[in-house]
Amino acid sequence: MIRKTVWILGLLSTAMVAVLLLSAASSYSSAKTPQPATAEVKVDNFSFGPATVTVAVGTTVTWTNRDDIPHTVVSTEKVFKSKVLDTDEKFSFTFDKAGTYPYFCSIHPKMTGSVVVN
Amino acid sequence: MFKKKSDEILHDHNNDGIDRRGFLKCMAWAGTGALCVMEGGILKSYSLSRLAEMSDPQMAGELSFVQISDSHMGFNKPANPDVAGTLKSAVEKINGLSQPPEFLLHTGDISHLSKPEEFDNVDQILKGASARDVFFVPGEHEVLNHDVKSYMERYGKNAKGAGWYSFDKKGVHFIALVNVMNLKAGGLGTLGHDQLEWIEDDVKHLKHSTPIVVFAHIPLWSVYPEWGWGTEDSAQALAYLKKFGSVTVLNGHIHQTMQKIEGNVTFHTAASTAFPQPQPGKADSPGPMKVPAEQLKSVLGITNVNYLQGHQALGVIDSTLA
Repeated sequence: MIRKTVWILGLLSTAMVAVLLLSAASSYSSAKTPQPATAEVKVDNFSFGPATVTVAVGTTVTWTNRDDIPHTVVSTEKVFKSKVLDTDEKFSFTFDKAGTYPYFCSIHPKMTGSVVVN
Repeated sequence: MFKKKSDEILHDHNNDGIDRRGFLKCMAWAGTGALCVMEGGILKSYSLSRLAEMSDPQMAGELSFVQISDSHMGFNKPANPDVAGTLKSAVEKINGLSQPPEFLLHTGDISHLSKPEEFDNVDQILKGASARDVFFVPGEHEVLNHDVKSYMERYGKNAKGAGWYSFDKKGVHFIALVNVMNLKAGGLGTLGHDQLEWIEDDVKHLKHSTPIVVFAHIPLWSVYPEWGWGTEDSAQALAYLKKFGSVTVLNGHIHQTMQKIEGNVTFHTAASTAFPQPQPGKADSPGPMKVPAEQLKSVLGITNVNYLQGHQALGVIDSTLA
């Protein structure tokens, strides 16, 4: 009788360890794959690439001008506005609120893009 | 027996003094330089190679001026590592003209990055031109950081709004317009309400026979909207100019010569003095076009404009820097 109880306890503890291990594993995996905190947009050939970038709240998006011609990154709703970016210059903005942020190049307004923040 | 002259209009469907053949002829020469003169309703076009054969009265007018454009001082990429050198070549070309121009028009993108030293450099080089007066309008490269203040301090002392103004020379009325401010996402060049009202007022008291020259950076006609080569409210501006018998519109921005005639209006774009851009839709983007170094000057140029009193249109001659 006593031996049987010990066995059951042993089984329970094994199960608990397993549960603990599983939960540890799951928290480990969620810590390993957070939403990326940064994203890149290339300004090239008079266009933004990708034209739409989807990121998590808190992400910093960096635009880099790869063209021979200067460009700007200007929020249509006046949320952010870069200085002029000459070749290889960068502009970054951190998105702290969810929403869709359309933007364009104020020098070449046919160039448009958007940042979707979830 | 009557022999048709090859340049006479054969079919004038739009009653605008030009037939398709004549238009194409003008267009065909646009890249190498052409003089198009309207004489008594007949469009005559001459290639630059024939200019030497033309008599002085055909060439000389009451008023002669030169348009230069898109000098992009400060640009140093492979498409032209020496934009100062090619601007100097443009000045040499101007100084070599048989009829010295009375003044210069610069249709914008004076600088590449709106830096004071870039403007200084252009001013210094243009001081070498035989014509001392230069009338400017801003290009988008003069307003890169969202305001026109530094441009206005240097070039806009007598201008209104964001730099528009008008003046008269020998009976011709010149209107300088600004269509590079407050551009909207996805849109084209814009003149805006205030400037349109000013245009209406500016021309109100002029005689219909007054020749009008309008100059602005971005084309005031729809060259290629996909690349932003047009001005969304230009039709309103042109409506105010409908009553005039002769309107010449001079633009830059697209770094190549192009001409279109619509009724009483001749639209013309000038070459850049810095680097060429591709023909509409002929490349992925309108970025600087790299040509072999020895060909560069053949795709850059200046535009010489002659006004002959009594003639309907102004003579517009493009010549390359080669």
